Amino acid sequence: MSYSPITYDNSPLFERRPLTYSPNLARNRFNQALTGLAGVFAAIAVLPLFLVLIYVLIQGGKLLSLRLFLDLPPAPGLEGGGIGNAILGTIVVTLVASLISIPIGVGGGIFLSEYSRNGWFAQAVRFANDVLSGVPSIISGVFVYGIIVATRIIAGQSYSAMAGGIALSVLMLPTVIKTTDEGLKLVPQELRWGAYGVGASKVVTILKITLPAAFTPIATGVVLAVARAAGETAPLIFTALFSPFWPEGVFNPIASMSVLIFNFAIMPYEAQNELAWAASFVLVIMILAANLLARWISRMARP
Amino acid sequence: MTSAPPPLSDAAAFTLRRRPASEKLLDQGFHYLTLALASFVGILLLAIVLTVFQGSREAIHTFGARFITTSSWDPVNNQYGAFVAIYGTLVTSFLSLVIAVPLGVGTAIFITEDLIPAQLRNAIGLMVELLAAIPSVVLGLWAIFVMEPAIRPALNLLHTFLGWSPFFAGQAQGPGMAPAILILVVMILPIITAISRDALNQVPVELRQGAYGVGTTRWGALLNIILPAAISAITGGIMLALGRAMGETMAVTMIIGNSLNFDLSLLAPGNTIASMLANQFGEADGIQVSALMFAALILMVLTLVVNVIAQWIVRRLSLKY
Amino acid sequence: MTSTPDTTNQQDVCLSLQNVTISYGKFEAVRNVFMDIPHGKVTAFIGPSGCGKSTVLRALNRMNDLVPGCSLKGRVLFDGHDLYEKRIDPVEVRRRIGMVFQKPNPFPKTIYENIAFGARINGFKGDMDELVERSLRKAAVWDECKDKLQQSGLALSGGQQQRLCIARAIATEPEVILMDEPCSALDPISTLKIEETMHELKRSYTIVIVTHNMQQAVRVADMTAFFNAEAVEGGSGKVGYLVEFNDTERIFNAPNQQATQDYVSGRFG
Repeated sequence: MSYSPITYDNSPLFERRPLTYSPNLARNRFNQALTGLAGVFAAIAVLPLFLVLIYVLIQGGKLLSLRLFLDLPPAPGLEGGGIGNAILGTIVVTLVASLISIPIGVGGGIFLSEYSRNGWFAQAVRFANDVLSGVPSIISGVFVYGIIVATRIIAGQSYSAMAGGIALSVLMLPTVIKTTDEGLKLVPQELRWGAYGVGASKVVTILKITLPAAFTPIATGVVLAVARAAGETAPLIFTALFSPFWPEGVFNPIASMSVLIFNFAIMPYEAQNELAWAASFVLVIMILAANLLARWISRMARP
Repeated sequence: MTSAPPPLSDAAAFTLRRRPASEKLLDQGFHYLTLALASFVGILLLAIVLTVFQGSREAIHTFGARFITTSSWDPVNNQYGAFVAIYGTLVTSFLSLVIAVPLGVGTAIFITEDLIPAQLRNAIGLMVELLAAIPSVVLGLWAIFVMEPAIRPALNLLHTFLGWSPFFAGQAQGPGMAPAILILVVMILPIITAISRDALNQVPVELRQGAYGVGTTRWGALLNIILPAAISAITGGIMLALGRAMGETMAVTMIIGNSLNFDLSLLAPGNTIASMLANQFGEADGIQVSALMFAALILMVLTLVVNVIAQWIVRRLSLKY
Repeated sequence: MTSTPDTTNQQDVCLSLQNVTISYGKFEAVRNVFMDIPHGKVTAFIGPSGCGKSTVLRALNRMNDLVPGCSLKGRVLFDGHDLYEKRIDPVEVRRRIGMVFQKPNPFPKTIYENIAFGARINGFKGDMDELVERSLRKAAVWDECKDKLQQSGLALSGGQQQRLCIARAIATEPEVILMDEPCSALDPISTLKIEETMHELKRSYTIVIVTHNMQQAVRVADMTAFFNAEAVEGGSGKVGYLVEFNDTERIFNAPNQQATQDYVSGRFG
């Protein structure tokens, strides 16, 4: 084999072009076009957020007043009123869901991360958890309807705030377990060894050392799960149902903002439609605030 | 623990101090408690499947496979067939995917490449994530009062040009399949974007260097090297989005029209399993509840299959990295 | 601070760096480099970690464009152009100045496709099978690969992967091949094979190689550049600079600078 010296500029086998950029080259046009297309797609992707927020802020902001928070919704066809019972109801139902799902979820997450040693059982639980997180929210409503509402096993009541809270907790549980599991896995092993080294038992190590060390990621995940649950509608419409009155304990049907939006949006009365927008305003502000809070929590952890 | 601490000079104080039995018990007890809580997930999943299955048994016995293939939903004569809803579920979710996948993957590429300043890219990423946080019912409200009236002229334009095809027959009158598909696009776009973005970010930078090193252009590297390397994670994300679209309830229910009659046209009202459940479950009784449970069972099986495939793809991928 | 090679017969210069300063964001990584890299020779960059030798290497085919915030002042002349001029197309630059990286990075494609991909996008018009074989032969990896051309490039061993990457780089027939510590992730036997490959290649290409290994520089390089790093006034990290650039023999046996002498004799670094 003999090698020619340096210049390959005349190599017949390859196209050689000058080093300068020529915008008319097919490949450069192709790149320009695809880059432009991706930019347009990104613009389309953020457009809905703006449009939704603008309309919610404008339409919902119109009704913003103290009455909105203190009054009951009017009877169909009447003017005025507020969504006070729905705001309170959303808080109650979300609280019930949190009180059920957070202890179970954190406990389950602790097992997966601290006790399970990643055996087949842990893998199965993680798999079931991932599958559970993909179950449609309406199915969780159907499930709670089947085992609680239809059977009246809670205080002899059918529809209740309790049933609604349980339905929401089914949706929250997978997120809480996953964030706990993954948050605990981030805790450095040395911290656990240190605690064992001074003679702490496992339960003390977990509760006093490991869990606090993983507080930030777990709190972030829990806040996001609560925010998501607060906006859910499908699991509530035939579990918590709705009520035009103030909440009467957790064993009776209860109003919620999301169900109010659904019911009032499809009514042919303008007053109700406006209340639906106002409830959207309150709900969206609450959820966006929770999202920003979660973001802020997780930023605090990264100094 | 009850006695006062002995003086430190007394070395025996340490050696003699036994671990109390109560502490051991606590340790064991906590272990079993967390085990029970973890098992709860599996039990819950099983309970959901069994409850829905149990509830639908009457309908399964009465209607059998006919339930899937017939489209009469007649509470007066207690004749139930869910074909319209099943068809609507599949069509709306697949078509929304067809639109959302290029949009989501394109957006993910746009915010993972260095085309615009990093702050702007992060801002776009944040906005897409916040879009995912907007409750479905709020999107439904927006769809009814803002989106649907705004796109109706465009849909009617489609009818004008493509009206010869049965899929675009009839003028768009208001709620229908097409607006439902568009609102589903809005709902699943954040999932596809977020997962594609993570997948693209995980492609080792060495691969990009290698591609650039042999003289590819940006899109040459993206299409030939980077996207193929990320494709299984992106596919997993697409499957998750499909599961979400199938089960999505509120926004769809509010804008699809909830028609019980079969119509091939995307401009006409339709139905999905989830929206049928949302609309009828509260007021149903007798065999109608069972029929709805049967529909729920079908929806659950569809989403379970899609999700299990998604998990499988994602897991197989995580082994590789 | 810098010195030009005192080889009197200035043979034709391939790449000329003129007062090149490269920064990451606000921090200078390497400053004021003057250097004429000759055609048809192997030039080695040596120096302690953090002296900017890899940064300079990546500047030669605009690979630093991939690093966010990286900027270059000064001029890099190649084929009569300043590579950092606005109207230069970095893609064309990389087609003529190929690169082999520190970590073997074959594409997740078949061995055959790893070679053919680059050739195809470079507008190759000849017999692809022949090109694949020729490139793999030149990179001394043909014997190991010839029976598994349709298998994934990732199935090869580390040393074989690196030689596949070399084959991939030479398949597009660039004029210059840049090698960024190509042997740092490899065992001694693979290293030796790659050095043999380089001896083959230097007959037809200009090669610039960054290496940590001084013996390797002695074995393969005609010319050697020694980079060093010094603390910046103000104390925020170190900045690299070119100490000396000369024939390899001079650098290792009779350097002009004391710092070079200290480094090559192992007294620091």
